[in-house]
Amino acid sequence: MNAVILPVIQALFVLAIAPLLTGIIRKLKAWMQSRRGPPLLQPYYDLYKLFRKDSVVSKDSSWMTTVAPYVCMTAMLVAALLVPVFVTESMGFMGDLIVVVYLFAMARLFMALAALDAGSTFGGMGSSREMLVSSLVEPTILLAIFTTALIAGTTNLGGISSAIASSGLDLVRPALFLAFAGFFIAVLAENARVPFDNPATHLELTMIHEGMLLEYSGKQLALMEWSSMTKLALFTVIAWNAFFPWGIALEAQPLPLLIGIVVIVAKMLVLVFAIALIESSIAKMRLFRLPNLLTGSLLLAFLAVMTFYVL
Amino acid sequence: MVSELLLPAAIITALAGAAAAMMLEKREERCLDVSFGAAAIVSLLILAVGLDVLLGSNLDLSIGQGIMVPTAPIIHLRVDKLSSLFLIALGVVGLAASVYSRGYAKEYSGHYSLARFGALFNLFILSLLLVFSASNLILFLVSWEFMSLTSFFLVIYEHRKEGTLRSGVLYLVMTHLGTAMIIAGLVPIALQAGSLEFSVMSGAGALMDPTVRSASFLLLFLGFGTKAGLVPLHAWLPQAHPAAPSSVSALMSGIMVKTAVFMLIRSVFDFLGSPTVWWGLLVLLVGAISALVGVLYALVERDMKKALAYSSIENVGIIMIALGASMVFLAYGFAQLAALALIAALLHSLYHALFKGLLFLGAGAVANATGTRDLERMGGLARKMKWTGAIFFVGVLSIAAIPPLNGFISEWLVFQSLFLSFSFSDVVVNLLLAAALGMLALTGALAAACFVRMYGTAFLARPRSSEAAEAKEVPKSMLAGMGVLAVLCILTGLLSASILPAIDSVSASVLHVSIRDSLSNGISIGTPGGNFSSMSPLLVAIVGVAVIVAVLYLTRFYGGRTKTTVSDTWDCGTPLTSRNEYTPTGFSQPVNRVFNVFYRSKPQITVLEERSPYLRKLSFSTSVPPMFERYLYDPIVKLVAGLAKRAGVIQTGSIQTYLAYIAVTLVVLLLLFR
Repeated sequence: MNAVILPVIQALFVLAIAPLLTGIIRKLKAWMQSRRGPPLLQPYYDLYKLFRKDSVVSKDSSWMTTVAPYVCMTAMLVAALLVPVFVTESMGFMGDLIVVVYLFAMARLFMALAALDAGSTFGGMGSSREMLVSSLVEPTILLAIFTTALIAGTTNLGGISSAIASSGLDLVRPALFLAFAGFFIAVLAENARVPFDNPATHLELTMIHEGMLLEYSGKQLALMEWSSMTKLALFTVIAWNAFFPWGIALEAQPLPLLIGIVVIVAKMLVLVFAIALIESSIAKMRLFRLPNLLTGSLLLAFLAVMTFYVL
Repeated sequence: MVSELLLPAAIITALAGAAAAMMLEKREERCLDVSFGAAAIVSLLILAVGLDVLLGSNLDLSIGQGIMVPTAPIIHLRVDKLSSLFLIALGVVGLAASVYSRGYAKEYSGHYSLARFGALFNLFILSLLLVFSASNLILFLVSWEFMSLTSFFLVIYEHRKEGTLRSGVLYLVMTHLGTAMIIAGLVPIALQAGSLEFSVMSGAGALMDPTVRSASFLLLFLGFGTKAGLVPLHAWLPQAHPAAPSSVSALMSGIMVKTAVFMLIRSVFDFLGSPTVWWGLLVLLVGAISALVGVLYALVERDMKKALAYSSIENVGIIMIALGASMVFLAYGFAQLAALALIAALLHSLYHALFKGLLFLGAGAVANATGTRDLERMGGLARKMKWTGAIFFVGVLSIAAIPPLNGFISEWLVFQSLFLSFSFSDVVVNLLLAAALGMLALTGALAAACFVRMYGTAFLARPRSSEAAEAKEVPKSMLAGMGVLAVLCILTGLLSASILPAIDSVSASVLHVSIRDSLSNGISIGTPGGNFSSMSPLLVAIVGVAVIVAVLYLTRFYGGRTKTTVSDTWDCGTPLTSRNEYTPTGFSQPVNRVFNVFYRSKPQITVLEERSPYLRKLSFSTSVPPMFERYLYDPIVKLVAGLAKRAGVIQTGSIQTYLAYIAVTLVVLLLLFR
């Protein structure tokens, strides 16, 4: 029974906490820039409001615009079922880490197509750039996953977490840190954060992610925004639980579960702080400078594989 | 066994269909009915034979025993497990293409001979059947040549169109170069075995001299690599495949390319015995490069069918990655992992046939409706051609490896077989496989970008030309042909766990190792060697459907009923036309710039008119130069042409000289072979 209930609870947990993480990033950024910033719960207020608003749909669009928000949200939720959050129990029999990566690819494909659907220049721009960035990110992600799968002996996320978490420090190798570094850059790129994209931009010409959502409004926009927030939350969880899962509950007992929840929230806060710090201290890069950084992250991931074999 | 009757029936029906098509030349409707009806029946028979052998036992069929040679039959066909898998693919794609062609061929009425199309179509399917089931070297080579020629005549079918004949000649030359190398590669094996029968040639490689054996392998890899379109021998493929009628393109890209995969598996694992490590690494490396080069060219191609052809090069590359990995595993003695990688290669061959067939048929439907294959002139077709748009989208999802469709399943298995490469302890090989993994991931992501571009610019947004704006849905027979493949793309993905045991029996017949128990438990798919990984496409789909229904319901319910207004796209205050939307060229421009080391394209900007220092009328054009043609093919062509000119000196044109040549040659031969 636990095999079904715990993953569902974890998925709902990620879904619920995701807007809060975005709120915290915005608040932290505001503090670092000496502003007061919006309320911590502002993302929740936004979603609440958007679900009550009427929508406008472009007359040039097709069924793609209608379908995409639901598919994006579904892809995130199914992925969330496969990811261990505070306990290593996840629906691993349903799919491993590669399935999770390709579920993200599914959401991206639909989002990029919906962006082209209305025939707006900004949508096309966002779509084209998103596909460029993502195609350079995906090798990094898969090589980083490969490294941790090599160390843990499985590609099942729950298995990776429990293998590394239960083995003390025996499995800690340089490869793990290199792969984590590569993966972290991939997290920034995949979630449209600085230096890849500026989530706070109001200038359409510099947008990647926001450009793709430009035509959305009302409930559909709420779903799109919420699924992006969920994606960020999921990526932070994967970053920790696939590389440094210590603290995660190995069994479904009250005390380990409690510790697991506290630890994962603390870990998410650390990563979120890092993101806020990066966004406040460096500027968004020019689009054609991005490949340099992404090749760097790919190199880190490849070095991780190399050190695993050589060291 | 029924198949013993079905196989000859298929051959006879195909011949009868071809003959009837030629006889009915004057009555076009009847001719189409008969020829494509026959082709559909042939395909169904092939499918039945394939299924019967895959689930039952091998089939041997000898015709004309002892008529010409006392010991051997004239025609010896043998369908084993390996052939049966490819015959199933041929049956399915052939059936869909036949049904589709019934409506599609009408487009040619009045321009080209429909009878010729119908007849050649039947003969082409027959030739593919013979290639997959020939069991004798001579019969195989004759069938291979028959296949090359029928496909050549289909490539030049639209011979009045510019460039078609050029593509055809390039194809003819390349395919014969390939055939020459195949003959040179197979003959040493036959000599060693002392027989031309495939059953005797099996395992003959083990007794061969290692150098001859490796030379044989290299020649076979080059020969079959030409047919498979491996880089750098691929140049003909994006010319020839799109030039043929679309249903034939589907068969060429879906099935004909796989004849090379089929024979390579047979040659390497069966004839030559166990492979050595460097063979596997070579196949892996060439595969990885082909995958990347194919997808990079597909991403900047404007011609829809050419882009699909380039994507075939990419997918054959993926198959070769898996095949190479399998050879490396076997060379290191990891038979179970070799089986996993071989299963991945076989599954991707089968699934690629389904989705690439579907996409080519879809591209043909689009070309029929709009009269163009240029993506720049399409747009908005999803609203004009609702069914084609939806069916084509299934193909897009499959080829972009979106779970739980079939393309994802085979790619997952390829990834897993590369992941499991940590088992052996040669660091260099380990790192090479890791590099291949990275290239495969890059290829997969670029393929997704490529198909977002294709679908987004052809089917979504506003039409970019009047032809696209006036496009009409295609006839029902064409939709039915595509629909069959689309349904199969979904079903084979969902039911992969049930299909894999059958594929395992194929790989077991080649490698003599079954990994059935670890591969599939009926619901989920796993890998050999403990609990490395598992997944269940069916469960992902069920959970996905449940979640999407919940999301739909909750969204509708939460926040009350809201109104949806249909209005203009955000236009910044200037009215939008089709000139404002992103074009295919614009979409791939960032990739073009980032990978410019590879593309080497130089945008040309010329000033047309200068009204003032601030107002100028410019023209912009960009194209990707054909690097392989320029730096590899052209020099070779020049060299050959130069040598031919030199050799031309002896061609005086006078009969006496030629007679003297003959006399001298005869004398020399008599002296040599007294």
